[in-house]
Amino acid sequence: MSLLYVDRVIVRFGGVTAVDGVNLLARAGEVTGLIGPNGAGKTTLFNVISGMQEPTGGSVSLDSVDITDLPAHKRAQRGMARTFQRLELFGSLSVRDNIKVAAELAALTNVNSIVDEMIERVGIADIADRPAGDLPTGSARLVEIARALATRPKLLLLDEPASGLDEAESDRLGELLRTLAATGLGVLLVEHDMGLVMKVCDVIYVLDLGQIIAHGTPNEIQHDPKVLEAYLGAS
Amino acid sequence: MQQLLTFTIIGLSTGAIYAVVASGLVVTYTTSGIFNLAHGATGMLAAFTYWQLRFDWDVPAPIALFLTLFVLCPLFGALTERVVMRGLQGTTEVVRLSVTVALFAFMIGLANWVWPSDSSREAFLKFFEGNSVSIAGINVSWHRIITFGCAILVAIVLRLVLFRTRMGVAMRAVVDDRNLTELNGGRPDRVSMFAWALSATLAGLAGILLAGEQQLNIEPLVLLVINAYAAAIIGRLKNLPLTFLGAAVLGLLDSYYLAYSDESWFPQSAFGFSLAGIRAAIPTIVLFIALLTRPQSRLRAGIVRFREETRVPEWSTSILGAVSLVAVVVAISGMLTRSNTLLLLNGFTMAIVALSLVPLTGYAGQMSLAPLTFAGLGAIAMAKLPGDGNIATFVLAVVIVAVVGGIVALPALRLSGIYLALSTAAFAVLVTKLVFNQKQTFQSGNIAVPILKIPFVEIDSPRGRLILTATAFSLLGLLVVAVRRSRLGRRLIALKDSPAAAATLGMNLTRTKVAAFALSAGIGACAGALAGDKVSPQQYDFTQSLPVVLLAVVGGVGTVGGALFGGLLLGGNSVLASVVPSLKNLSKILPGTIGITLGRNPSGAATQTAEAFRVLKGRWNLLVFIGAGAFVIWALTAADVLSHWTFVVTGVVWFLAVAPNLPLVVASSSARRATAVVYLAAGLVITAAIDWSTALDVTGQRLIAIVILVAVIGLGAQRIMESGPRVRADSPDVIGLDRDFSGEEIERAERELRVVIR
Amino acid sequence: MTEPILELRNIRAGYGAIEVLHDLSFAVGRGQVVVLLGPNGAGKSTAIKVVSGLLRPNSGQLIVAGRDVTGARPDALARAGLCTIPEGRGIFPNLTVRENLVMATFTGFKLADVEERAYSRFPRLSERRNQLAGTMSGGEQQMLSLARALATEPAILLLDELSMGLAPKIVAELYEQVASIADDGVSVLVVEQFARTVLGVADWAVVLAHGTVQAAGPASEIGEDVLAGAYLGSSPT
Repeated sequence: MSLLYVDRVIVRFGGVTAVDGVNLLARAGEVTGLIGPNGAGKTTLFNVISGMQEPTGGSVSLDSVDITDLPAHKRAQRGMARTFQRLELFGSLSVRDNIKVAAELAALTNVNSIVDEMIERVGIADIADRPAGDLPTGSARLVEIARALATRPKLLLLDEPASGLDEAESDRLGELLRTLAATGLGVLLVEHDMGLVMKVCDVIYVLDLGQIIAHGTPNEIQHDPKVLEAYLGAS
Repeated sequence: MQQLLTFTIIGLSTGAIYAVVASGLVVTYTTSGIFNLAHGATGMLAAFTYWQLRFDWDVPAPIALFLTLFVLCPLFGALTERVVMRGLQGTTEVVRLSVTVALFAFMIGLANWVWPSDSSREAFLKFFEGNSVSIAGINVSWHRIITFGCAILVAIVLRLVLFRTRMGVAMRAVVDDRNLTELNGGRPDRVSMFAWALSATLAGLAGILLAGEQQLNIEPLVLLVINAYAAAIIGRLKNLPLTFLGAAVLGLLDSYYLAYSDESWFPQSAFGFSLAGIRAAIPTIVLFIALLTRPQSRLRAGIVRFREETRVPEWSTSILGAVSLVAVVVAISGMLTRSNTLLLLNGFTMAIVALSLVPLTGYAGQMSLAPLTFAGLGAIAMAKLPGDGNIATFVLAVVIVAVVGGIVALPALRLSGIYLALSTAAFAVLVTKLVFNQKQTFQSGNIAVPILKIPFVEIDSPRGRLILTATAFSLLGLLVVAVRRSRLGRRLIALKDSPAAAATLGMNLTRTKVAAFALSAGIGACAGALAGDKVSPQQYDFTQSLPVVLLAVVGGVGTVGGALFGGLLLGGNSVLASVVPSLKNLSKILPGTIGITLGRNPSGAATQTAEAFRVLKGRWNLLVFIGAGAFVIWALTAADVLSHWTFVVTGVVWFLAVAPNLPLVVASSSARRATAVVYLAAGLVITAAIDWSTALDVTGQRLIAIVILVAVIGLGAQRIMESGPRVRADSPDVIGLDRDFSGEEIERAERELRVVIR
Repeated sequence: MTEPILELRNIRAGYGAIEVLHDLSFAVGRGQVVVLLGPNGAGKSTAIKVVSGLLRPNSGQLIVAGRDVTGARPDALARAGLCTIPEGRGIFPNLTVRENLVMATFTGFKLADVEERAYSRFPRLSERRNQLAGTMSGGEQQMLSLARALATEPAILLLDELSMGLAPKIVAELYEQVASIADDGVSVLVVEQFARTVLGVADWAVVLAHGTVQAAGPASEIGEDVLAGAYLGSSPT
């Protein structure tokens, strides 16, 4: 059963086609990877899914409900949460309050216990009372994930969560994603750290020049000559 | 036909002036990203300068024109860019706008100072006054033709400059991509400077042309810019041809309305309000429509890193602050003369208005240029609603204005940043023109707002009103603190810090913004509803709102203390001008001057002062010492050793200059400590020894003296200890290092920190 | 290597709280073409920003021709002979082709000379001199940005992701031009994700990972397996 279904989505900016008829499917309980060279249209596709960019054509459904015309906050209320490549924390609030805002927005009861649970789960108890604006990247990425999780989403969209992390932090992130998927959460992961992608993803989609050029298991993708060519250029 | 042609010509020449002003706005906005609210004021200053040269000193017109437009204006523009605007990169839109408001206030103050309105002056003549030519049977004055010609010339020159010169190409390049311009070897700063110089010349040209039509008056010249906003917005703030077209349409609309509007066109009144103000409001209405037809601002990721900072206020300190504020007001209000009481009362009223900006601008990051408008509506509601000022009337008045605030915000919410700020300005002007300037609203020019009736307490004296207003400020301040600590407060801050993240977490941005606007309007309404006296519409004019916004930002718009600081400074300042004529001129440019420095300290003065006191936190021995000192000063006053004014001055110096320096004194080395103690003590003794009631005979001079004393003693003491270890609460300097690091320790530290040693 | 024309020493840099480059050091010799390789997020573009002066490093030194220029403004570096073609398109889309070339004259060249050199190398641009640059195709836009590099005779050319969003054939054509610029003696530092294409042009390759140098060596010795490993996290052996 598909959790997220992206159907022939097209995005044009003026004469440039950034996303050109993309089909993509993400399941609950799985980590779905979306990779591709720079400028392939990954962030644009992410913005279409989360409601920050109106597509020129095509549709997006969540849980078999068409959400193409819903604004971002209504999508969130239906169980979608995302993080941002260039950290979008609420810098003047403490880490705890960042997560609290999210829990409150999801209209959850016993907000405080959920906040504590997320802090615990992501492992940021030691920085919980610091202003979010002063955090180093690694911690800030974790806070963004905790904040997204605090809305109790069905689908988590992660935009380059490992960029700026060192290897140990990246490993810990991978373990966290596997644990989350095991609880039935669907994860869509845009990431450049291939080590992480290959390790945690169940399915990988490869986007190049706005089109999906391949999809399959990590092993299939690693041995697909088309993928290598998209990354390294023609030899 | 004849009439149509006449009014077309009049309309076009009005439009020509709008076009010249608007093109200047566009030039600076596109190249430096700063929307210059002071653009009209620049034109006003130029017109006055030209008048000075041409009509007062009899310099021949061409020379006077050349000097004004091609020497002084560009110089002024370039200087503005270099000194004021360049420091603003990396600050929020709120700070950037406030700085131009400051510039606006500064220039008006300067004009009032140099060219006082009471002096009789030579008339400002049109170009070729009295001469006209006949075009198709209609007499057109030379001045009109020149005005029209100037607009055409400006259009041609701008076109040539922007497309045919290297500087012009560079200007357009900066708009496209600032970084790439630098990578090409171009200097964007110089380009901006040139743009500001050009813009000042355009403003000056428009100012001189308009003064020829309307004579030299500060207000219409300054507010000319509002009409130009509309044209600039029609041009989407970047398209010059569209801007010119918009200006022409505005001018024609205005002129045709004048010519053809008929009594029967509009109902003379609606709901008891006369609609006579519509003509004056035409440009504003056009501005409003132009703003609202802008496309919805898109959600975009990309966080703005704020240089400002605010902390969560604690309940304990907030309640303590509120209680002591009321206590201090009760205590000192008995000693104040009537005029000083009114001064302080006005200060607290302004502080409430400034407070209304804290949740809206400080927390939610939404700029409003209309805080006083809501106070005015509150005053009207309080006066017009039945009940003659009982609590129910008050509550109803506040609720009504809050609802109005929310509703007004609704259409404007699609906008953000500068566009939102301008739409609040348009709203303020509309309300001023259509509601405040009404015979029905303000019979005989003012209305009596009843004093709030509180059970068991009769308030009839200015002192009573002062205590009431101070109490209201304290309570509203606590309300704002409560908001900040609540779910709503977190949402407001989230909205400011990252709208994209807030929306994708499920926040309905529109609803949150409406809440912020309603809350702000409600607080603002309290200030008006508590007026308790006769008020006139001029008090709530749009132009009066600007200094409030400015001083709230100067004080620190993110904190309640900042609102108090800003309000008191503004209230004190305006009365200062009436009490002390000799300082009147200085007081005129004071707020503007302070505001212009915002670029260097965007968090505001209150935040900085609070930082100075933070070092005292938890140091009970010092706090007790400060309390004891305050008691001694009070006791000396009670025993009639010190006069009341000496009490005030000494008290302020004790708290603001001595107290924040105490931790430094304690931590310094013994030699330095001795010097500092002697210095502080000497300053304090001298301050206390002077009988300020007689030494300086006016309030204003005493206030200035306080500022100077605090600066001299406080900063002086700090300077003495500066070279010693600087102390912060958690600084390693106080941990007790008694020797230098050994080589081994340094090596270990560097290894830990991964410092590479060659 | 003789004295390098460009050298980064222990550079740390980033955006706000995010540090992207951790202790990055490498050098470009006179007349060399050096390529920076590595997966996205490794810090390649950030390194270019530091070299071009757009990003001030938190610590470390930037040495150009033996002089410490750490913290110099980008326009000063540009006038000193450092030509940067930034990520995306290095052109002003709302200026015409000709006006884009006018912008190249800020380095001190005459417009006539700039135009002549640009049009003789790329005759297509001559046909489009009065067209708005943003309305040309992606390949033509990159030609225009390369034309600036050609016409201003820089000492060092910095290229960031010249190929982004372009078809492989056009990318190959563009790199032929880069090779000919290098033949004229210009030192070139290239950031490129299409490693195979650019390795044919480069003398020396530096592979970045996590903001620091992971491997470096002559371009010809960088094997396919190393690349696949760096980019796709696997070694197809």
